[in-house]
Amino acid sequence: MQNPQLTNDGKLKHLLSIDGLPKSILNQILDTAESFVGVAEREVKKVPLLRGKTVCNLFFENSTRTRTTFEIAAKRLSADVITLNVSTSSQSKGETILDTIDNLTAMHADMFVVRHAQSGAAHMIAKHVAPHIHVINAGDGRHAHPTQGLLDVFTIRHYKPEMHNLRVAIVGDVLHSRVARSEIHALTTLGVPEIRVIAPKTLLPKDVEKLGVHVYHDMREGLKNVDVIMMLRLQNERMTSAMLPSSQEYFKTYGLTSEKLALAKPDAIVMHPGPMNRGVEIDSAVADGTQSVILPQVTYGIAVRMAVMSILAGN
Amino acid sequence: MNLPNPEALFEMLTEQIKPMITAKTAIVGIHSGGAWLTERLLPILGKDIENGILDVSFYRDDFNQRGLHNETKPSQIPFDVQDKHILLIDDVFYTGRTIRAAMNELFDYGRPASITLAVLVNRGGRELPIAPQISAFNTEIEASKNLQLLRHQDGTFYFTLEENE
Repeated sequence: MQNPQLTNDGKLKHLLSIDGLPKSILNQILDTAESFVGVAEREVKKVPLLRGKTVCNLFFENSTRTRTTFEIAAKRLSADVITLNVSTSSQSKGETILDTIDNLTAMHADMFVVRHAQSGAAHMIAKHVAPHIHVINAGDGRHAHPTQGLLDVFTIRHYKPEMHNLRVAIVGDVLHSRVARSEIHALTTLGVPEIRVIAPKTLLPKDVEKLGVHVYHDMREGLKNVDVIMMLRLQNERMTSAMLPSSQEYFKTYGLTSEKLALAKPDAIVMHPGPMNRGVEIDSAVADGTQSVILPQVTYGIAVRMAVMSILAGN
Repeated sequence: MNLPNPEALFEMLTEQIKPMITAKTAIVGIHSGGAWLTERLLPILGKDIENGILDVSFYRDDFNQRGLHNETKPSQIPFDVQDKHILLIDDVFYTGRTIRAAMNELFDYGRPASITLAVLVNRGGRELPIAPQISAFNTEIEASKNLQLLRHQDGTFYFTLEENE
C-alpha cells in the first residue's frame, strides 16, 4: 500500500507518523535539524526558506508547548503563521473540520499543523487537501505525535552519536504514550541495539515484546548500565485504570530519583517529553540535575520542527 | 578543454591572499570546495585567523524549484562578524547566486566591515552584479558543463568537468 506521507517518488509530503518512514528520511530530518540548531544562536534567528508561505497551526486540542514551538519554528523559517485554537472558534458553531480546512485553503494556506484529540484527524486532512498543501500531525489522540518522537531521537543522537552502541531505557506509561511505540521503531531503524521498557504490567501493551524490546518490571534492574533514560508522563486519570494505588506509591517504584539514576552509566542522559509531574515520575533533583537534557529537548524541538517544515515545503 | 592543475592555482591564490590578511580579517569558506580551500589556507596564513564555514542551503534562491538539498551541513561562524573584514572563499565562481546567498547569510550573523570574494576559478556566466575580486584562473565554460573541485584521499585537489544531468 502506498504510504500516504510520501510522494510517488518516495519524498516526504506530509508528516503523519514516524511509522513507515525509511531510514533515509529519518536521517535527512535529523541531519537537517542539526543545521538549524545554530540558527537560534545568531544575531538574526531567522532563515528565509519559507518566506511568502503561510503556515496554519490548527489546534483542536490545547497544547501550549507544542503550539509555541511550532509557531516559533515557522517564524524562524520566515513563514507567516496563523494559530487557531479551533475549540474556541468556528467548530463550536458547528463547522466541520474539513470545512475549516477548505476555508483556510481559500485563504491560501500552504501548510497545516494539526493537533486533534481524535486519532486519524491529520490523516483525514492530508487525504482531503489539494496536492500543493502539506500536513503535519502535531498529535492525534493516542495515535501519534511524530515531531515529539523525532525530537527525542534527535536529542539522543545529539548527545550519543554512536547509536549502534546504545542502551536506551523507556520508563513509565508505555501503554498510553503516543510516542513510545514510534520511538522504539525509529531507534531500532537507526541501529540502537538494546531498548528496554520499564513499567508495571498494567501500563504495558500486551504485545510489547514483539517490538523487540526487553521488558523490566523492576526499575533498579532495568536501569543498570543504560546510556539514555526516557521518562514518560503519567497522567493522573490513568492511575485508577492502571490499578496504581497512589502517586506516592508509583514514585517509590517507578519514579526516577538520584539514587536510581546512579545505577545507569555515569554519563547517562535523562529525558522527559513534558509536562513533568515532579514527585510522581521524576524527582526534582534529577529533573534539574546535570544529567537532565529536558530543557535542551525543548530547544531541539524547534530545530526538528524547522527541519520537517522546510523538507515538506521543498517536496 | 585543458583544465589547469588546481594545486598550482591554489598556490597562486594563496600568494594573492597573503598580503590582504590583517588583524581584523576572518576567512569564511563556502561548503564544500571553499571549506576545503580554507582548511588548506589556514596553516599557511596563520592558524589563529578567525574562520568559519557556510552552507548556504537555507538561503538558496531555487528552494521553491528544487527543495532542500539532501545533505545540508551546519554553518559554523564561531566568531563575531560585526566589523570584520571577511574573506569569502569558494572553489568555482559561476552565476553569483551562491555568493548572494552566502552574503545574505553572513549578514544574519552581524554587519561585516567588508566582504572580499576569492575563488580558484571564475568560469564566466555570472547572472548578478557580483564578481570575485581575486580569482586564480579566468575562463569561459559552456553552460551545459559542470566544473567541480574534488579532493583526493591525501587532501590534494583535482577538477572534473562533466555534462550536466
